[in-house]
Amino acid sequence: MIRLIDVYKEYDNGTKALKGVSLRIDDGEFVFLVGPSGSGKSTVIKLITAEIALTEGRIMVNGYNLNNISPRQVPYMRRTLGIIFQDFRLIEKKTVYENLSFAMRAVGATNREVRRRIPYVLKLVGLEQKADRYPGQLSGGEQQRVAIARALVNNPSMIIADEPTGNLDPQRSLEIMMLLERINELGTTVLVVTHEKNLVNRFDKRVVAIENGRIMSDGTGGYYNGEKI
Amino acid sequence: MARKFDAGYYLSEGVHSIFTHGFMSFAAVCMIVACLLIMGSFTLVAVNLDKNLGDLENENQLAVYIDESYTEEKARALEPQIAQVPNVADMTFETKETALENWKEKYSDVELMDDLPDDAFRDRYYVHMENIELIAQTKQDLENVPGVAKVVAAVEIAEGFVMVRNIATGVALVLVGILLIVSLFIIANTIKLATFYRREEIAIMKMCGATDGFIRWPFVVEGMALGLTGSLLAFFLQWGIYQLVAQNIVKSNGLSLMTMISYISMIDVILPVFCGVGVVIGVGGSLIAIRKFLQV
Repeated sequence: MIRLIDVYKEYDNGTKALKGVSLRIDDGEFVFLVGPSGSGKSTVIKLITAEIALTEGRIMVNGYNLNNISPRQVPYMRRTLGIIFQDFRLIEKKTVYENLSFAMRAVGATNREVRRRIPYVLKLVGLEQKADRYPGQLSGGEQQRVAIARALVNNPSMIIADEPTGNLDPQRSLEIMMLLERINELGTTVLVVTHEKNLVNRFDKRVVAIENGRIMSDGTGGYYNGEKI
Repeated sequence: MARKFDAGYYLSEGVHSIFTHGFMSFAAVCMIVACLLIMGSFTLVAVNLDKNLGDLENENQLAVYIDESYTEEKARALEPQIAQVPNVADMTFETKETALENWKEKYSDVELMDDLPDDAFRDRYYVHMENIELIAQTKQDLENVPGVAKVVAAVEIAEGFVMVRNIATGVALVLVGILLIVSLFIIANTIKLATFYRREEIAIMKMCGATDGFIRWPFVVEGMALGLTGSLLAFFLQWGIYQLVAQNIVKSNGLSLMTMISYISMIDVILPVFCGVGVVIGVGGSLIAIRKFLQV
């Protein structure tokens, strides 16, 4: 569960990225966070993942209070999240399997746990036949599936996808979104940050629209269809 | 699920990383070798200078003249009292007759000396000190021993030696310290360059929830391995260079008076010091290098 209460964020250069954002995402939800470039979407993600500190307000992430979280606790908080990036961020020198095992070993998993978990996750994202391939040998859509598998491999309670379809064609984007929807149906909370209007409108999900550092609307259904930001 | 300390994983990741980033590892080892050779060579020069200065110091002795009224037997009986004086290392007794003979032998070409009476000289002790810096105090203490008529000591020369030695030691310590710090930063920058290629891996690990310790350990292993490899290479190279220089000094006319300490006799000091310094700059460099990338 994520809660942002009246959150303000001002960067060192004086940019006011968030101006009183309040947001609640409950366990099991699928939420789109939409808005144009510079609206504050990425700042919300960075605050949730504790990459940056907030200026004012309160943030709770999966039971961790980020207002007074110690640096030692941050890794444990991050283990409750699975993060997916627009540019996949896979390690080119490692195979698909190694990319996943790398993420598992990073949180101290044993070899046995790695061997048991990875085939299951690869099957879930439809890449069980490509475990030995290197990222460079995969299409963009497949690479993003690997990134999703990596985000899932440590069994997080929430997936955060930051522009996951930004580098993909419409068909691959739809496939990725359907995969995320399936993951959500299996019980994982999903937060997708995007500015792709058509994609958002194809899913009947909760859409939170942010612009100029403020939440402009929060509702279910194709947000871009009905109202104008 | 999480294990606290996975030594096998850290070891395999650290060693694996040395080979996957072969060129940077090679560069880091070269830097460690270069730094250790510079520091080692300078230290060895300082140690040899110190030894030669020490030898010269040891030749500096006090002449303790015994009262003329003392018979040889009484003069010899003073030995325990002189030995009890603080800072006295050892002494040799010389009778006035032997002193006269030695004098005549030394100045045989001076005719005037032929007519010297047998009692022209006094019985004396030649005293070596444990610490030449205390020469003035020792001279005074010896003068206070009953039966001692006079003590002759080259205080100025001795103090001159002490000053030269102290300056040489001070300069050596400062230079080695500076070189050590410079080496640390060179290694840190070399490893930082290597780490730069891996910042993405570190960022991914951080995002997955890896602790700083977990990320740091393979780099520590890597730094330690690079440091040890560099130390051993530097140790053997230093050996070769030292032998070459020592041989040339022995052959040279101007420097043949210098005595060189053998490298083998210093191995038990040089090897641990090289390994220790290598590991410290390897591990220290790694930690400095990844510090920036851990702040995500």
